Amino acid sequence: MYDFEFARPATVDEAVALLADEDAQALGGGQTFIPTLKQRLAAPSRLVSLSGIAALRFVRMEGDLLCIGGGTTHATVAREAAARFPALAALAAHIGDPAVRNRGSIGGSLANNDPSACYPAAALGTGATIVTDRNTHAADDYFQGMFTTALEPGEIVTEVRFALPEAASYQKFVQPASRFALVGVFVARMAEGVRVAVTGAAEDGVFRWTEAEAALEDDFAPGVLEALSLPAEGMIGDMHGSSEYRAHLVGVMTRRAVVAATASG
Amino acid sequence: MTRVAMMVNGREVSGEVEGRTLLVDFLRQQLGLTGTHVGCDTSQCGACTVHVGGVPVKSCAMFALEAEGAEVRTIEGMAAPDGTLSVIQRAFQEHHGLQCGYCTPGMVMSAAGLLQVNPDPSEHEVRVWLEGNICRCTGYHNIVRAILAAAAELRGDAAAAA
Repeated sequence: MYDFEFARPATVDEAVALLADEDAQALGGGQTFIPTLKQRLAAPSRLVSLSGIAALRFVRMEGDLLCIGGGTTHATVAREAAARFPALAALAAHIGDPAVRNRGSIGGSLANNDPSACYPAAALGTGATIVTDRNTHAADDYFQGMFTTALEPGEIVTEVRFALPEAASYQKFVQPASRFALVGVFVARMAEGVRVAVTGAAEDGVFRWTEAEAALEDDFAPGVLEALSLPAEGMIGDMHGSSEYRAHLVGVMTRRAVVAATASG
Repeated sequence: MTRVAMMVNGREVSGEVEGRTLLVDFLRQQLGLTGTHVGCDTSQCGACTVHVGGVPVKSCAMFALEAEGAEVRTIEGMAAPDGTLSVIQRAFQEHHGLQCGYCTPGMVMSAAGLLQVNPDPSEHEVRVWLEGNICRCTGYHNIVRAILAAAAELRGDAAAAA
């Protein structure tokens, strides 16, 4: 990889100042970005590691919201969110592998918005709020396509706020080599209604399956999904599965998620 | 170049590194701790697994400067100073948990991380935990056996001691 200037600030303010440089780039846990650097797909002049900012690592309740610091690792979320939000903890517990989960962070995952990542499904599937150093973003406005978000250059995800669902489940069909989601579906029965978010399937990244949401709103049971299907158009097709296969899997994984959410709720 | 200092296997160490210097390269090239292996260099295989702050991480997916001030433990820190193998290492030997041995340092460090958080894992839990450690020789069976035996010994199970 190309060399860069490395900075490891202790506060968010310092990090934001260091990121003001045009070619500066934030480094979360690095589990995606370091391999990207090795492939020379990115060449920042300055890398600003967020790993020294203790204030970005927390899991706590504030009122009715579960609030998670942007620098919190998947392993910590798996452990500390288990009692309040078991579906989110289970999602975190199945990202990558144990060593990856000790470095990778929720803020890094949401900032990257990989079309096959797990956390975007949880954020969109619960209508979470993504808090940054300068703004708050509703999940519905935050995800804007493959590897694209509402974040400005240099904007840091400092916190993610989740309303707790009445019942929820994330079901991931694992692509076994990468352990990313070939298709992953997050289903949540929220106080305001049912939400269904799909990752891994679409070329534009995570999306809400609104037809399924409407059907489940009337009757939260897997049977109501039998009549629904998604078109293959716009779905990812690659060596791991065709777009038709992924469209089909969305239905399968959504039904499984409804069954699991019903059992857990 | 930037100065980096950390504690490796209980010893204070420091060196001059570039921003891009990976932790694994600092350990191997500057400290001479070549027990930690680079298998794939794409954070898939786990041969480079070491402990940072007490938990397993892939040292090829972390910069040396990110370990500033951290406590790092490598495979060289597992045996006693007189060379007596740790329980996990001995179990790998006794249960033939290695063939070529390339993945073994990572396997041992990963297993140690598992037994810290789950002293009594099921066979399934061991296999799931090892998702990030690839072995191309053994078929994993004896590795799993070794870890289960080490777990039993560390718990002080009578059956394992017999």
